[in-house]
Amino acid sequence: MQLPDKLKLGFYWAASCGGCEIAVLDTNERILDVMARADILFWPVAMDTKYADVKAMPDRHMDVCLFNGSVRNSEQKELAHLLRKKSKVLVAFGSCAHHGCIPGLANLYGREQILKYVYTEEPSVINPEGTRPLTRARVPEGEVFVPEFYDRVAPLNRVVDVDYYLPGCPPAVSGILSAVQAIFEGNLPPKGSVLAPVKALCEECDRNKHVAKKMPGVKRMWEVQADPGVCFLEQGIVCMGPATRGGCGQRCINGNWPCTGCMGPTPDVGDQGGKMISALGSVLRIDDEKEITGPETERLLRQVKDPVGTFYMYGLASGTISVRRQK
Amino acid sequence: MSTRITIDPITRLEGHGKIEIFLDAQGEVENAYLQVPELRGFEQFCVGRKAEDMPQLTSRICGVCPVAHHYAGVKALDEAFGVKPTGTALKLRELIYCGYVIYDHILHFYFLGGPDFVVGPDAPKAKRNILGVIEKVGVDTAREVIKHRAHGQRITEILGGKPTHPVSGVPGGQTKALSEEGRKEIGEMAKSCVEFAKFSLQLFEDVVLKNPAYMALITNPKLGHAVYNMGMVDEKNRVAFYDGKVRVTDQQGKEFAKFEGRDYLDHIAEHVLDWSYVKATYLKAIGYKGLIDGPDSGLYRVGPLGRLNVADGMATPGADAAYRKLFDTFGTRPVNSTLAYHWARLVELLYASERALELATDPGITGTDIRNMKFDMKAEGVGVVEAARGTLFHDYRLTEDRMIEKVNLIVATTNNKGPICMSVREAAKELIHQGKVDDGLLNTVEMFFRAYDPCFGCASHVLGRPTVVIDVRSHGGDLVRRLAG
Repeated sequence: MQLPDKLKLGFYWAASCGGCEIAVLDTNERILDVMARADILFWPVAMDTKYADVKAMPDRHMDVCLFNGSVRNSEQKELAHLLRKKSKVLVAFGSCAHHGCIPGLANLYGREQILKYVYTEEPSVINPEGTRPLTRARVPEGEVFVPEFYDRVAPLNRVVDVDYYLPGCPPAVSGILSAVQAIFEGNLPPKGSVLAPVKALCEECDRNKHVAKKMPGVKRMWEVQADPGVCFLEQGIVCMGPATRGGCGQRCINGNWPCTGCMGPTPDVGDQGGKMISALGSVLRIDDEKEITGPETERLLRQVKDPVGTFYMYGLASGTISVRRQK
Repeated sequence: MSTRITIDPITRLEGHGKIEIFLDAQGEVENAYLQVPELRGFEQFCVGRKAEDMPQLTSRICGVCPVAHHYAGVKALDEAFGVKPTGTALKLRELIYCGYVIYDHILHFYFLGGPDFVVGPDAPKAKRNILGVIEKVGVDTAREVIKHRAHGQRITEILGGKPTHPVSGVPGGQTKALSEEGRKEIGEMAKSCVEFAKFSLQLFEDVVLKNPAYMALITNPKLGHAVYNMGMVDEKNRVAFYDGKVRVTDQQGKEFAKFEGRDYLDHIAEHVLDWSYVKATYLKAIGYKGLIDGPDSGLYRVGPLGRLNVADGMATPGADAAYRKLFDTFGTRPVNSTLAYHWARLVELLYASERALELATDPGITGTDIRNMKFDMKAEGVGVVEAARGTLFHDYRLTEDRMIEKVNLIVATTNNKGPICMSVREAAKELIHQGKVDDGLLNTVEMFFRAYDPCFGCASHVLGRPTVVIDVRSHGGDLVRRLAG
């Protein structure tokens, strides 16, 4: 695509933790190069541009807007539409905008359950009148407003059209830099692409010389002290590496913690959790020798506690599986 | 008939917020509200998860202070698993924590709050940011700022795997030991951070304390609050980030309460406001009396100034001298000036840097005894740490098979919600007259929430026990397997 020499960029955060902003700052001195080659027009964490300033921009004024965070309330939805309108290219930046991420696990519960617990049931809350935040609250001087809290967390592409996805929680600095370079060079892949390697994490993992042929039952991280040189699966620890896109820099593996799946599925896999369950099915063993049968595999798989939080820690809100809520 | 001025969104902070200022017929400020438009509900969806995942799940409350949530979670797990971490593990945890404070305080002073002082509160909007700071202090200094912020993050990366959302804490210890190579690298970085912290304190003195206009804002008694203060202290009542007791002092600086983290519910409670998603905490012994200060108000402040106010000093020499200079300059303790938070933050930057250097030169830090796995399982655990912006409480109840049953979180910024709202209201009243406002004036109002380095991402962080069923179906839709009932 044809882009001007000095780009106009925007960064926004919706329902997010701020880690994506920090990941941008973690490009360190290279951010000075970005700032030399681009004008950053909107970045609430670091700059004083207000919503009114963005509304006043002509449509498609910003060349690229990097949008992190999912959409959980009416203000975030409004901003998603506004920024889509004001930007030529809209990038879902980070796991929340891409798939809903960990906060997407909130879709296991409804709005009412959340509001009830937070504002009336928590042990530290004293609220005999049952006060709750109101979208329109009367104060002595007039009325004040807060956005409507939605029933569900939505990834960005459920709300507006998204051009690209930059995965990770947060995205790796190397991934951010190659995306920025592609933007500066006007060298972006086809619309809809995920800006990350296509191979699974296992294929680039430093522990892969010990790649799992077998998994001796299922262990939890509190029960063991993991050997930092050996494949987690081989140690009986669920590692999402076989079902997860690489390109993260193996940061959790380097911290001696298994992959939990923040980069999302590889492109050939529709459902990250489903792929992982099938990968486990093929490596789980009771002992070194014996192949096991269907019911035996199922018995072992049942040892995985909290399967939804394990296999869909980042992807629940992207809706590849349906969620049945407890009343 | 009131007219209103809206600042939306408020900027240079972590998370979302807006300010509504109401003016009366004469254009004087009647009231101002700082509203947080967001809620995310972590306490609810953490229920049903694996206990050992909590330090990572809750770190997604905040990507700016993930280390604080991670270790508040890990400490809650230590207690619930009835295990005391090894000495080496505790040193590693404190070291990673120092790295976090270094990075977070530099981020706030230079990127978020500092531009108001370095560039000026009424500088053009486009200059009131890190770019304006670079222009003013020069690229060489800017590179130093970037380098030392990166050092803090690098310390977390070496010890915790990921600089944002680390993975190193487990019940009873750490996942990973520190190599000699890593120790050396951290030592070099910490040494450089000590110098940079001293440079930053000097810069504060030159740019802020020597500027009469800023001093007028800092010393204006209307722009401060006589409230209680809260922070964690060590056995000698010095500032402690990772571990200690929570101390509360009153408007005269006298100790009002001192408690173990696990007893927090005896001391503090949360009040629900109908106009904001974030609640306001208060001291239970006093009660919630509204957004007012004075000894009859249960409101208290946390964060750098709160911590310095409750402490008798700092545990490292340079930082202790800087602490004394701050209180000598004001001539009072506690210091009530809201803008003094910036100064207190830099004193803490020096403490975190000096303490990181001490730990990195401790021969025990590279020990391999990083985990105690003798568990004495309990049903509950509370973990308390000082996040960069104040006291953070994580309280978990676990099932027998170590799954999460109930969660309560009180985050740093919730503790400060009442005082932040008061500060914004009082600043608006002090600064806005006859309805005259401009961009610089409104930004000066914003400086009074910014001083707290609030994190409304954290503050907007929810339960029940879900039945989750994963059905594995064949291509034709037939049920092949059902996981978990």
